[in-house]
Amino acid sequence: MAGVEEVYAKHFQPERSPTGWEVWSWFFMRISGLLLVFLLLGHMAIMHVFGGGVDRIDFDFVAARWDGFFWRTYDWMLLALALLHGGNGARIVIEDYFRKDGLRVFLKAGLYAVTFIFFTIGTFVILTFDASQMPGGG
Amino acid sequence: MWSWLLHRGSGLAVLGFLFLHILDTSLITFGPKIYNKMAKLYESPVFRPLEVALMFFVIYHSFNGLRIMVVDFWSKGAQYQVLLGKAVMGITLLLFVPAAFFMLRPLFI
Repeated sequence: MAGVEEVYAKHFQPERSPTGWEVWSWFFMRISGLLLVFLLLGHMAIMHVFGGGVDRIDFDFVAARWDGFFWRTYDWMLLALALLHGGNGARIVIEDYFRKDGLRVFLKAGLYAVTFIFFTIGTFVILTFDASQMPGGG
Repeated sequence: MWSWLLHRGSGLAVLGFLFLHILDTSLITFGPKIYNKMAKLYESPVFRPLEVALMFFVIYHSFNGLRIMVVDFWSKGAQYQVLLGKAVMGITLLLFVPAAFFMLRPLFI
């Protein structure tokens, strides 16, 4: 098996001169992608296909699911990996299509801010949700 | 070329839904009444086709991503490009068609 830098160099023109950071971003997309194949297809199968699909999803369903440690961890890993993988993917798309410095920097800053805010919201909800504290819940 | 475009498009579409999905799940902190109202919305005939589209994008993006990894890390990967491309389409349809059937069935029964 070839080294990461070697494989990367095979796919990109030398004049693009990837920085070390860009190589690791490329490698991260493959590692996180591989994990996401299992986490996300599992999530889609459980929530959308088997056991009645989205029709059975309501407050009680989520409360029972997040009662244990396992699904909270699963969902948080999915949240973190999907946001990092998706955010980095969107960054690459921005770098490809917006060559003007000003607009590109503006869009990337916006993307980072939005990704960070959604990561914070998602993490907060998964960590702090307590069905017994809800009006009419638990 | 088209697989590269579909990979980008499906990736951006799934990311877009991820943002929406984080917001809708956050409604759980406002209690059962508000969360259940939102959950009902996803069962409507308007959202079903979007759910089916999301499923297609996720399955395609997953297996096309695996194909990219095979081409990147397996020395003979590029040699089997055409076959791998067909395999991605085959597996995607094989998983997507039954999944779409299960997701759309509640609309007809």
